[in-house]
Amino acid sequence: MTLAQVTERIRAVSAEYGLEVDPLRPVHSLSVGERQRVEIVRALLTQPQLLILDEPTSVLTPQAVDKLFITLRQLSAQGCSILYISHKLDEIRALCHHCTVLRGGKVTGEVDPTQATNASLSTLMIGSTPPELAHRPAKPGAVALAVRGLSMAKTSPFGTSLADIALDVRAGEIVGIAGVSGNGQQELMAALSGEDPRAAPGSITLFGRDIAAASPRKRRHLGLHFVPEERLGRGAVPVMSLADNTLLTRTEAVSRSGWIDTGAVRRLAARLISSYNVKAGGPGAAAKSLSGGNLQKFIVGREIDANPKLLIVSQPTWGVDVGAAAQIRGALLQLRDAGCAVLVVSEELDELFEISDRLLVIAGGRLSPSVPVADATIAMIGAWMSGLWPGAAPPGSPALTGQETAQKVAHAAA
Amino acid sequence: MLRLEPRPAPSRLFAWASPVISLAITILVATILFLALGKDPVKSLSVFLFEPFNGLRSLTELGLKATPLILCSLGLALCFRSNVWNIGAEGQYLLGGIAAGGLALWITEQKIGISRWAFVPLAITAGALGGALWAAIVAALRDRFNANEILVSLMLVYVANLLLSWLVFGPWKDPKGFNFPQSMSFADGAAMPRIITGMRLHWGFVLALLAALGMWLFMARFYLGWQMQVGGLAPAAARYAGFSTRRALWTALLTSGALAGVAGAFEVTGPMGQLTPYVSNNYGFTAIIVAFVGRLHPLGCIVASLLLSMFLIGGELAQSRVGLPSALSGVFQGVLLFSLLACDTLIHYRVKWQRSAAPRLAGAST
Repeated sequence: MTLAQVTERIRAVSAEYGLEVDPLRPVHSLSVGERQRVEIVRALLTQPQLLILDEPTSVLTPQAVDKLFITLRQLSAQGCSILYISHKLDEIRALCHHCTVLRGGKVTGEVDPTQATNASLSTLMIGSTPPELAHRPAKPGAVALAVRGLSMAKTSPFGTSLADIALDVRAGEIVGIAGVSGNGQQELMAALSGEDPRAAPGSITLFGRDIAAASPRKRRHLGLHFVPEERLGRGAVPVMSLADNTLLTRTEAVSRSGWIDTGAVRRLAARLISSYNVKAGGPGAAAKSLSGGNLQKFIVGREIDANPKLLIVSQPTWGVDVGAAAQIRGALLQLRDAGCAVLVVSEELDELFEISDRLLVIAGGRLSPSVPVADATIAMIGAWMSGLWPGAAPPGSPALTGQETAQKVAHAAA
Repeated sequence: MLRLEPRPAPSRLFAWASPVISLAITILVATILFLALGKDPVKSLSVFLFEPFNGLRSLTELGLKATPLILCSLGLALCFRSNVWNIGAEGQYLLGGIAAGGLALWITEQKIGISRWAFVPLAITAGALGGALWAAIVAALRDRFNANEILVSLMLVYVANLLLSWLVFGPWKDPKGFNFPQSMSFADGAAMPRIITGMRLHWGFVLALLAALGMWLFMARFYLGWQMQVGGLAPAAARYAGFSTRRALWTALLTSGALAGVAGAFEVTGPMGQLTPYVSNNYGFTAIIVAFVGRLHPLGCIVASLLLSMFLIGGELAQSRVGLPSALSGVFQGVLLFSLLACDTLIHYRVKWQRSAAPRLAGAST
């Protein structure tokens, strides 16, 4: 096949399965979620006999998940074997004919998932049912973070421009932002954390103070802490020890002259390790020697331990095992109850519904109005994830390129 | 067959053993080379490995040649750890030499009475300013125009070389020097004080050792030094933390430029005592090897400087004693760096002996 033919095939297959992929984009410019979509499309291109899918749905809207499941059922009816690996129990129960549960590298049970319940499956998975999160109603206080009219042109040709973002996060509440990956989450996070300092003056305020031009360190100093989605290389330096990694965002052990008190640094790391149940070889263990879940617990713990007034978390439980995920969500709720404002960006709707008090949806670089979680349904948020919320800008608005608009419309029509 | 298998964690043993193994390989290659040239390998090797340590004079010469290497490699280690690829320490060294040499010439011509001890801080200041100025050009071009610092710093070496040649062939030429391209000899006060009378080793050696200690503290215990290393290891983490990449760039280049400049100043006002077109013994380039052999660690730089200095002296001795070309020391430097880079593989991989030739995919992909 020529490259042009492959390009056409990719377009055809991605349209057929509702997996938006632009075949001409270099992979390095894609978000993690978009890369996952590329892999699904690549697997489908080969017309496989055995298709192995490892957590394929974290990057899809609920509607797209339904569509993928239709495809998968169709493939399996055509005789293709599918090995489907997921931690989402509902998916396993809805899709699979047979289910093997693994824990710590050992098979703990084989069940018929159509007969099993979420509770029975999770007992097999983690040995006990995960503790129910105590989600008391929020008592929102003063506005911590206010974003008004935040617009930013994309820096890379394949990024997403932010258009007229408006957002409030109050003390003592968790606000969730849902959305399919690659719709401006990375850009919004970079603007809020200060990694991208191009925001217009006055567009981002923290407790009434304009922080649009403040550096990440300055924002941290004012009480804004941020947990990025990439643990290794951004949230932590892979080859450095956990102790050294606390210095990225914590400077209590640094004197005014810049002298580092290494004893204090190690004590801080040791305290984080013990209070957040991090399984690590001690404060001297390199960050990359930890499992994803344990490193995430360490990084989230590092930011929570700093007593933030506003904590922004991107993908809090991405690639994290069930036990650690429950623990991280519990810690976020506890932080909220202590009066901290929390903003969570996640592509896992279940997670957002579980911990958020209010939800917003980001699509095509625009942010939907907020809706209390009690009034939201998965179907509604799923539709919003395609950019279709009440009062949304009509298709063809300047924020979207022609192609994107066409895809959005095709998606919405499907 | 042999197979490389990634280690779960980098080996601490090999991080330190790798320089030792590569030194052994270099000695092995040297032995083969000597045999091929028809020289007695034991005698030839002893010229390289024992003569430089034989007696007080040899030892002081070893320290003398190690001094510029230590100073240059310290700055380069900081640069390389900060992901700033300054390979033009040679040019910064020359500018430091020109600045300090010019100062010494002025003192000489004006017949200013000055003690050697009072001259030391002046020479250091002049050298540091000259070297830092040369490095600042690199930093400014990288900062403003995103110019590649490898190319800019390298090419500025040739500019510095030509500048020095122009000075000693032209305005600074000794009028009573029979038209030789060299300046007049500096006055007695405009020189580095010596540690032992009669030996060329000067107090710059001790200052270089102190600089290494200072650099060690800066890298290990000071927040700015730590920040710069984060910028080198994980630029996204540095951005996330809010560390300034511009500050890291300027700090790394100005520090390494100043250190290389001081090295040039010490050399010109120490053993040379005048400016010639041959101020440098390629110290600035050799220091790149030193920095890597020393694991980019300030104390490692001291050890590696002494090692490379041993090769330099050995090369000179080999010429007179055994009749071997002095270029041999360059060959050995190359072999040393080459085998060091190869041995560094062992830090991250272990060698496995496997009987079947079929590669196991599962093992390779972990």
